[in-house]
Amino acid sequence: MAVKTRRYSARDVTVLVIGLGVAVIASVGLVWGPTLASVVLSATDWSGFGPIEWVGGRNYGDLAGEYPPFWSAVRNNVLWLGFLGLVATPFGLLCAVLLDRRLRLSRVYQSALYLPVVLSLAVVGFIAQLVYSTDYGVLNAVTGLSVDWLGDRSVNIWVVMVAAAWRHVGYVMIIYLAGLKAVDPALKEAAAIDGASETQAFFRVVFPTLRPVNVIVLVITVIEALRAFDIVYAINKGRNGLELLSVLVTENIVGEASRIGFGSAIAVVLLAISLGFIVTYLSQLFKEER
Amino acid sequence: MTAPAPARRRARLPRVLLHAFLALVALGWLLPLALAVYASLRPYEETARLGYFSLPESLTLDYYGQAWSQAELPRYYLNTLIIVIPALLLTLFLASFAAFAIARARIPGRRTLLIVFTAGNLLPPQVLITPLYTLYTLIPLPPWLSDSQSLYDSYLGLIVIHVAFQFGFCVFVMANFMRTIPVEITEAALVDGASVWRRYWKLTLPLCRPVLAALATLQFTWMYNDFLWALVLMSSGDKLPVTSALNNLRGQFFTDYNLLAAGSVLVALPTLIVFQLLHKQFVAGLTLGSTKG
Repeated sequence: MAVKTRRYSARDVTVLVIGLGVAVIASVGLVWGPTLASVVLSATDWSGFGPIEWVGGRNYGDLAGEYPPFWSAVRNNVLWLGFLGLVATPFGLLCAVLLDRRLRLSRVYQSALYLPVVLSLAVVGFIAQLVYSTDYGVLNAVTGLSVDWLGDRSVNIWVVMVAAAWRHVGYVMIIYLAGLKAVDPALKEAAAIDGASETQAFFRVVFPTLRPVNVIVLVITVIEALRAFDIVYAINKGRNGLELLSVLVTENIVGEASRIGFGSAIAVVLLAISLGFIVTYLSQLFKEER
Repeated sequence: MTAPAPARRRARLPRVLLHAFLALVALGWLLPLALAVYASLRPYEETARLGYFSLPESLTLDYYGQAWSQAELPRYYLNTLIIVIPALLLTLFLASFAAFAIARARIPGRRTLLIVFTAGNLLPPQVLITPLYTLYTLIPLPPWLSDSQSLYDSYLGLIVIHVAFQFGFCVFVMANFMRTIPVEITEAALVDGASVWRRYWKLTLPLCRPVLAALATLQFTWMYNDFLWALVLMSSGDKLPVTSALNNLRGQFFTDYNLLAAGSVLVALPTLIVFQLLHKQFVAGLTLGSTKG
């Protein structure tokens, strides 16, 4: 791309500076600035007003040692990531592979699968209550059990993850389907002529070419797992076995006790995990571009 | 091993099995939503007695009426529109210009800018929400803009955070798209001495219509579905957008799940309609970020 360097008129410069300036102010002022402030505030015991007192790493110590919900949130976030990554995502891929062929009703199947993607996770949470309700939920009616699916600490996180997966599968499927459509059909034919079975052809030939799509799906999966919030909040405000890091952060602001410093420390833990993935993803994305 | 490929493939995976599997999955996927609709049509007294998974004795639209009038859903829909429409337009405008500047004007540091914008959209909102909440309570607004007299608990506050949080993704997608537009189109205008604004507004933007449509569909859905921003940055119940207001429906009326089901269906309806009408744009929007133009 050979663009001649040329002078911009004063007016052009003004337009560019204003346009980009607003974008930078929005991004720095409302996204990156507050993110940095979370890091700073996590070293204080600020309650939202009054003097700010530095406490160093004490909030982190308290988090790890004296705040039981933290570890159950960490556990749940890890489970959430594992469930989406090892169950929902592969299932979405499977559906995409099965649908990526001339098939009658293919459109119908696709629509059914990604219908939940347009729903708000809060609505998914409400629908989950209809399915899992102890006394008149469908699940108990069909199975004849009388389990308190959403109230029992040993099962509730699992059934909620199934509800989250309901939405995630469709999302992953759309993305893989687009990726598969872009794969050169000659590749598959060549593999078939060489005597590869469909499964072999997929894993040895097609899947490796999907690498960029895989990276995106991985990032989406991680981000969805870290962002998970609405669904548990709609069910029971993320308590009693449904703790998540995102919920704990929010609880420290909108909850009764306003503990800005402490809440920020949890946010920083979340930030550290997500930045690891964001940096990996972006460096790959922009490396390819060069 | 030189049997013709299609024949072999068919032998390995019979169509009937494939259809059976896919149909089963599709039905399973539709079931929860169908159930919500079904529950919303039946009286509470009946489902309490027979359970949700039973044949109906009577069907009624009462719950929709209740959700509509008692829960004042129209007001919350209006709130959503007040927030989402300006936010959507601003996001697309700001993002398309930033993308244009990054992709087409030779700005120093444009790569860094793109990375900063894109990464901002990938953060979980919770990492910034605590200071943002504090910041919002500290920024004063005139009473005619916000009766809380601060950015906190105002429509403007929600509009602004939607724009700031979502435009990064749009910049990324649009910058990629604009790079695929042949340079000659804008270069020719350069020779004519067209200004930056003209090149953006008159020459580049019209070519971006498909991407704009896809992004608008996607962003509408995301902003409409927002739950967290409103939960944290709003305090007056009567200003809540409809998705967050649904949560209150539960507190106000006792846990009447059928009413809640009707409310959920009503809240889900606009996105389902958008999805039906703009199906193509929605799917295009979701896959835009994943296939580089």
